[in-house]
Amino acid sequence: MTVTQGVFIILAGLALAGGVGMVALRNLFHSALAMVLAFFAVAGVFVLLESGFLAVVQILIYVGAVATLILFAVMLTRDIMGRKSLTQNSQWPLSLLAAVLLFGALGVVLVRASWPTVTTAISGDPIAALGLTLVGPYGLPFEVASVLLLVAMIGAIIFAREARE
Amino acid sequence: MIPLSWYLFLAAALFCIGLYGVLARRNAIAILMGVELMLNAANINLAAFGRYVAPNAVLGQVFVLFNIAVAAAEAAVGLALILAIYRNRDTISVEEVDLLRG
Repeated sequence: MTVTQGVFIILAGLALAGGVGMVALRNLFHSALAMVLAFFAVAGVFVLLESGFLAVVQILIYVGAVATLILFAVMLTRDIMGRKSLTQNSQWPLSLLAAVLLFGALGVVLVRASWPTVTTAISGDPIAALGLTLVGPYGLPFEVASVLLLVAMIGAIIFAREARE
Repeated sequence: MIPLSWYLFLAAALFCIGLYGVLARRNAIAILMGVELMLNAANINLAAFGRYVAPNAVLGQVFVLFNIAVAAAEAAVGLALILAIYRNRDTISVEEVDLLRG
């Protein structure tokens, strides 16, 4: 067990703990914080995959924007104190079974498949290659993504606006 | 070197946890959080395959960046919808939003 593998196991444990806490905690604010823990652990996994840019983007966008947005939404839609509410709905045993079965199916595929992996080191500057790919061969999806973000921003503003009358 | 299958197992486990969150929670925001976790699991998968199959092609990372952009846009619109529903019906439990029920 090398140090890298030990670090991966710690990060995987944190990610899974964050995920399980997210679906199991009663307090919605606490489950959002557990989700933030999972996001940080996923950023660590990106660092292990030698995708440093992805790790930074993950923290900036997921923790900095998406998680903050979710926390604001949790605070703005606070249930009235005293109203006893269950967190799981009535089909949670079937959902648990479905999730476990899916994990079993994925696990079987993962164990039996042989992926065409190469373990060469990355040559050159990966961030420069990323930038050149985004504005070169993948320039069109890049521009379309910016249009998508603009449209999403307009849509979110319109949806969340106060009713006008 | 960490075997590729470790990353894939982690991604599969996170995906299934997110799937359970989507299927079994009542709160609409909790369902959205499950969706975000599933998207994160897919990102781990993409980045892992990109690193282990074609390390110099950075295609996995490009796909992850687009995935993150789409996920952020979807989270924003979804939460705006939830806020609008809360303002109208004073609830965000998906079991109580059943106006279209026959």
